[in-house]
Amino acid sequence: MIWAPVILSLQVSALATLCALPVAVWVAYILARKRFWGHGLLNGIVHLPLVLPPVVTGYLLLVVFGRQGALGGLLFDTFGVTLAFRWTGAALAAGIMGFPLMVRAIRLGFEAVDSGLEDAARTLGATQTGVFTRVTLPLMMPAVIAGAVLGFAKALGEFGATITFVAAIPGQTQTIPTAIYAALQVPGQEAAVVWLVGISITLAMGALVASEWLARRMVGP
Amino acid sequence: MVGAPDGGTVISVALQKRLGDFTLDVAFNAPRGVTAVFGPSGSGKTTLINALAGLVTPDTGRIVVGGRVLFDRHINLPPRHRALGYVFQDARLFPHLTVAKNLTFGGRHDHDKVIDLLGLGPLLDRRPAGLSGGEKQRVALGRALLSNPAMLLLDEPLAALDAPRKAEVLPYLERLRDEVGVPMIYVSHAMSEVTRIATHLVVLDAGRVVRHGPLGAVLADPASLPLMGPRGAGAVVMTTVQSHDAQDDLTHVTFDGGRICLPGRLGRLGSVLRVRIPAQDIILATRAPVDISARNILPVTVTTINQDQGAGVAVGLLAGQTPLLAQITRASLRDMDLSVGMQIFAIIKATAVAPNGDRV
Repeated sequence: MIWAPVILSLQVSALATLCALPVAVWVAYILARKRFWGHGLLNGIVHLPLVLPPVVTGYLLLVVFGRQGALGGLLFDTFGVTLAFRWTGAALAAGIMGFPLMVRAIRLGFEAVDSGLEDAARTLGATQTGVFTRVTLPLMMPAVIAGAVLGFAKALGEFGATITFVAAIPGQTQTIPTAIYAALQVPGQEAAVVWLVGISITLAMGALVASEWLARRMVGP
Repeated sequence: MVGAPDGGTVISVALQKRLGDFTLDVAFNAPRGVTAVFGPSGSGKTTLINALAGLVTPDTGRIVVGGRVLFDRHINLPPRHRALGYVFQDARLFPHLTVAKNLTFGGRHDHDKVIDLLGLGPLLDRRPAGLSGGEKQRVALGRALLSNPAMLLLDEPLAALDAPRKAEVLPYLERLRDEVGVPMIYVSHAMSEVTRIATHLVVLDAGRVVRHGPLGAVLADPASLPLMGPRGAGAVVMTTVQSHDAQDDLTHVTFDGGRICLPGRLGRLGSVLRVRIPAQDIILATRAPVDISARNILPVTVTTINQDQGAGVAVGLLAGQTPLLAQITRASLRDMDLSVGMQIFAIIKATAVAPNGDRV
């Protein structure tokens, strides 16, 4: 009874984090290293999911990715893929909600890497990609992992956008938070609630502690 | 090799760059050997070397190395295509890699020879964090060399080191100069390093080249005196070690202007020894002095007399074919009635001559 939501949550959060991570690294790179006209605007958009009411984010997801939506219709017609009311949609919602936290953590990692080292790598013959994979990325890896862990934790706890976009279908989209909510509506489910809440707190605390420890490993040459 | 004839121009530089209030506008040629770029802080040395490396783009100009155009109106090669090795003041070793991996980051050209030359064998498995400043710079040198560069750029590589570490690294730089044929551009504000390492000198002041040419000629040029002062200016002479006097602990060296004796046992017999004679350490005499403590008295001819700056007068001399530079006071000039072409004597205090060779 309680394990289905836990397993689903882990599955959803894992997919969300895996897909969001490369995008977050790329966006963090642009924000950390490049100066361009829309810089502030991009930064603002990245942070939007942090401050918008999650229900609003969920609604916007429905509008765009629902069967009738612009991208949703395209996805269905071209690939036969539906996101609304599917666990993959839950992953999309969770990924978007965790994205700002990932970008913030990874950007700090970029900024901590001495660009002098990158210059040295360039004089030694490394290409742009080479500089990134051989110097920048290894040096900021703790920050990337910290960002992934934070994003994962946030994805685990996502409620508002998830329930709006994909509802809380048991076995399909009923993640831990939506399962807790559903259990609270029905009398006699207190035991399940307590277990799920306990698991939720443990996962969240664990993620925060891991992220802190990793962030501290970034400091120092 | 020190003393070997020029291989012709290898590096040709002309560039202009504006940075705020400061304008860099330089042009010079550098042959094979070590070309030192000397100047005070803020004279544009680092901007110049970064432009050579491609880390900074000049506004206009042309950079050619070994016949290859690195930069001009239509071309601006990125650093990785310029075939250069850059040794930074702060070494910039990659902290996440071992010394061995750092060294081979840009290539493995002449791997064993370079490791040997710089004595890096014992350091290979260590991490950069555990190395001393001198060791870091030697690794940085090795890393730059292993990438098989056509040109080596060194931006004040010894500036961050204390005196003992400097003394530790300098012989390796000399070995590089003498045994590896790669032309080097060596940026420094320390004249002691320049006189020891360089074969050619470019003097920068406020973004402009004020003097350039072979080291000895530039430093012995009377016009260099106001730039570098009487301690900085002064001939650097390539002498040959003739004999060691064990009893009196002296070394005798010769050059085409005569014989000089120096305290201590210096260099191997027959080897080349650089001898520096600062302008303030030459006393002039119209007659051969007698009964004085100085042992180095050379017959010289007066070639130029420059009175442009203050109380000091720059007197250019010729000892054999070698230019020397002396600074005397205006009053002495008047009293001695010196004129161009006069044959006089230069008294060089033996302790004042700064030898730049390895002690044997």
